[in-house]
Amino acid sequence: MKEFRYERPADADAAVALLTDAPGAAYLGGGTNLVDLMKLGVAAPDLLVDVSRLPFEEVTETDGGGLSIGAAVRNSTLASRGIVRERYPIVSEALLSGAPAQLRNAATVGGNLLQRTRCLYFQDVGKPCNKRQPGSGCPAREGVHRDLAILGASEHCVATNPSDLAVALAALDAMVHLVSAAGPRSLPLTELHRLPGDEPHRDTVLRHGELITAVELPPPVPDGRSAYRKARDRASFAFALASVAAVLQVRGGLVHHVRIAFGALAARPWRARVAEEALLGQPATEEAFGQAIDRELAAARPLRDNGYKVPLARRLAVSVLADLAAPEHGGPR
Amino acid sequence: MTTTRPLLGSPMTRLEGREKVTGTARYAVDYPVDRVAYAWPVPAAVARGEITAVDATAALADPAVLAVLSYENAPRLHDTDDRTLAVLQSPHIAHRGQFAALAVATSLEAARGAAAAIRVAYAPEPHDVILTRDHPGLYKPDEVDEGMPTDREHGDFDTVYARAQVRLDAVYETPPLHNHPLEPHAATAMWDGDDLTVYDSNQGATAVQHVLAELFGLATGKIHVINEHVGGGFGSKGTARPHVVLAAMAARVVRRPVKLALPRNQLAAVTGHRSPTIQRIRIGADTEGHVQALAHEVTTQISALDGFVEPAAVVSRVMYAAPNSRTTHRVTRLDVPTPSWMRAPGECPGMFALESAMDELAIACGVDPIELRVRNEPTVEPDSGLPFSSRHLVECLREGTRRFGWHDRDPRIAGKHEGRLLIGSGVAASTYPVYVMASHAEAHAGPDGSYEVHVSASDIGTGARTVLTQIAADALGVPLDRVRVRVGSSDLPPASVAGASSGTASWGWPVHKACTELRQRLEALGHSVPEQGLTVAADIAEDLDDREDYARHAFGAQFAEVQVDTVTGETRVRRLLGVFAAGRILNPRTARSQFIGGMTMGLGMALLEGSTMDPAFGDYAERDLASYHVPACADVPEIDVHWIEEEDPQLNPMGSKGIGEIGIVGTAAAIANAVHHATGVRIRALPIHPAVLMPPLAGARQASPS
Repeated sequence: MKEFRYERPADADAAVALLTDAPGAAYLGGGTNLVDLMKLGVAAPDLLVDVSRLPFEEVTETDGGGLSIGAAVRNSTLASRGIVRERYPIVSEALLSGAPAQLRNAATVGGNLLQRTRCLYFQDVGKPCNKRQPGSGCPAREGVHRDLAILGASEHCVATNPSDLAVALAALDAMVHLVSAAGPRSLPLTELHRLPGDEPHRDTVLRHGELITAVELPPPVPDGRSAYRKARDRASFAFALASVAAVLQVRGGLVHHVRIAFGALAARPWRARVAEEALLGQPATEEAFGQAIDRELAAARPLRDNGYKVPLARRLAVSVLADLAAPEHGGPR
Repeated sequence: MTTTRPLLGSPMTRLEGREKVTGTARYAVDYPVDRVAYAWPVPAAVARGEITAVDATAALADPAVLAVLSYENAPRLHDTDDRTLAVLQSPHIAHRGQFAALAVATSLEAARGAAAAIRVAYAPEPHDVILTRDHPGLYKPDEVDEGMPTDREHGDFDTVYARAQVRLDAVYETPPLHNHPLEPHAATAMWDGDDLTVYDSNQGATAVQHVLAELFGLATGKIHVINEHVGGGFGSKGTARPHVVLAAMAARVVRRPVKLALPRNQLAAVTGHRSPTIQRIRIGADTEGHVQALAHEVTTQISALDGFVEPAAVVSRVMYAAPNSRTTHRVTRLDVPTPSWMRAPGECPGMFALESAMDELAIACGVDPIELRVRNEPTVEPDSGLPFSSRHLVECLREGTRRFGWHDRDPRIAGKHEGRLLIGSGVAASTYPVYVMASHAEAHAGPDGSYEVHVSASDIGTGARTVLTQIAADALGVPLDRVRVRVGSSDLPPASVAGASSGTASWGWPVHKACTELRQRLEALGHSVPEQGLTVAADIAEDLDDREDYARHAFGAQFAEVQVDTVTGETRVRRLLGVFAAGRILNPRTARSQFIGGMTMGLGMALLEGSTMDPAFGDYAERDLASYHVPACADVPEIDVHWIEEEDPQLNPMGSKGIGEIGIVGTAAAIANAVHHATGVRIRALPIHPAVLMPPLAGARQASPS
């Protein structure tokens, strides 16, 4: 690990100023991912600007009936808030399905959204990786890729985004609030992360020095039901093989509002817009759900060893939507 | 008159438990040492080839860096028969991750930084790292473990199998598995003239002492190996490992004490692992399930530096009466990390295959799987023809049947639903041999009525120190608190490795012998202890030679209930039951812990664990505990453990059999059999990931309207 400086500025402006002037600097949240990457030699910032104690630790109701979540709120705090559990239960479910309690106590909301892929080649500095070292190649395509992407990948990168929280936020139409030297701006969560294309080293659209200050959720959909479900090898402390977050509102047996987001299938939380569009106004039946998801997953391009993710994602989504459509007949959660 | 509880068989708590849970127990690199330096290895970046240049210029530019060692400048070592220990002796690279260089610095950070700055150039050569059933390099090794024959043949397998009414022919596979003890392989090495002291994380201080003496060309007495506390090993610390050689070498070069703790991401390549196995099993039986012909043919691999040939077919020489049998091992030499021991080497993968096959046979014959095993119970050990010193497999199966509620089970396949979950149960047998190895001990009586017992035993977390104290106090006829047992140092009377489930027998026997003789001599002296105390030394080599010929094994039965999520293919274990017959249980508390630990590791093998050989790079891709999945608490349900009281006079003075490994034997088969019962899907290649179950479940689901 190379030596680095550490600063803990008092406010966001100071943090942004520190980073903007230092091309080799990085923000530090809970450190549960960045510090690991520094130990592995994957990340080597010369300045860490600790933003975990900036005054972004509030979870507050917005004037419009939504929720504003400070970027420095710890994952465990957010998951246990009454208002979150009541009004946005999939946020709690997603958070609690990730990591063990110790990591959730440390990890922040902003850091969670910016965690990097767990692709084994990305984490091994002894091997090529286009995300870590642009132009060096992607051995995962032919190598070990059972956990990697089936959607939106490129010949340069097949990494997945590991966040559970981001999947729930994508299904909730969350906005991300940012600040930089150029001033504040906001983005839909679904536009924060990039697909790899030919620049896989860029995980997000953030500019250097840009800081996440808050995540904002719109008011819950009236009569909407929601669920987050995650499939994984191990019962806890494991990244998803596939996950789905869904919000469904049915009126008169027809789909009136639906949001579906997949995790672990792509370099970003994958909003299933094709399926959503196909379902609007359709009967809320297992058959309709299956057909819509099939249309979404027609874009899947599995590799040699991750083809199982296609039926897995389909079955997860159909099962979750069917449970939401007919809660009284739902299976065990 | 007061009655005292017998010490043997009492659930004594671990003597060092408080030290461990309060963090004061010292492990290999926890000892404070003056002027200590730190070492960080550089793993080779090619799977095979020659080092052509080592450029340490950038690394040495840091004044904190004391030395950079490579084959170019490292001190020469003497040869041993373990070529993995010849570190930095040759430019030839036998596998990716083998040590190419070592940085030594005054701080851990500087050592790590220096290691990253060392430039090693290679002339790579083509490599071959993938095991297949028809690999052209397969050959018949001379033996599969020390003294175990490679092949055995009884009767006429081919003819009888060809004519059998029921025939099973199936191939089972187990992946490479890594031990991954919580404490990594680590050592602190210090020279004082020609005397070397190492605090080392190992399973046998005496063995490591001898190997270091050989490597450095010194008398054994010059080497002092201390392993007071060891944070797990599971076989991977059963012999000296390269880290301790590197630490000792570095300390000699920089003339300072050196600490070296291998980082987790280097362990997979250099500390040993369980080799992958491909096992073909053929069984010919009559329609009642009586096995007439059994063939168990194992294909596995070793490295270019040798390593251990996984003796997976040996269990088929022990378990069932099969008048015609064939057990074989074929191995190929690949450019891979060197395999070694992992908990129940041979038995563990072998019983996954055999006990899965027995389940398949039971279904083919329409016989209950427990009844099938009872029908094939041998009267003598099938291969050797020797009588068993004791064998209570049938009793374990019967007791397990009762406790598990096996008779309430609906034998129909895929018959039990709970919502989207399918529920099933399975059974498998367990077995592990009884080993004892020559060891020494000393018992000393002090004039103040205290006793001290010395034996170079290794407590790797099993509770060895505690049970040896029980054995000593029992033999001396005194309360526990009068006896102090010292273990964990090669300066103590030499003793065998904490391996092969043999520790309690191998160390307890000389402890018992020394203490019994000490007690007799004290009685002869009228219980007056001489001023200088009285010491008795014991050696069990002759006692071992005098033992009668018996087949000595522990047995057990394991039962599993699983749920399989039909949507996701996720399998979770609901409950596990193990019933064992393992001689006399000397400490029920620590014994239960061993059985549960073994079964938990077996659960990991069934559902989670597996290392993937990267064909392009030639290394195991999973190199941390985030990607190599061992069970988390949420994976481990209620584990119920019981044992049959077994009186066996043919074992040792305590009447014990080893219990450290049998718990992992059979668990994976019981779980795989339960998955089949739940779903109708037979998984013959571990682990049973959702990725494996998804295609058959998705196919079945789409085929049948639900």
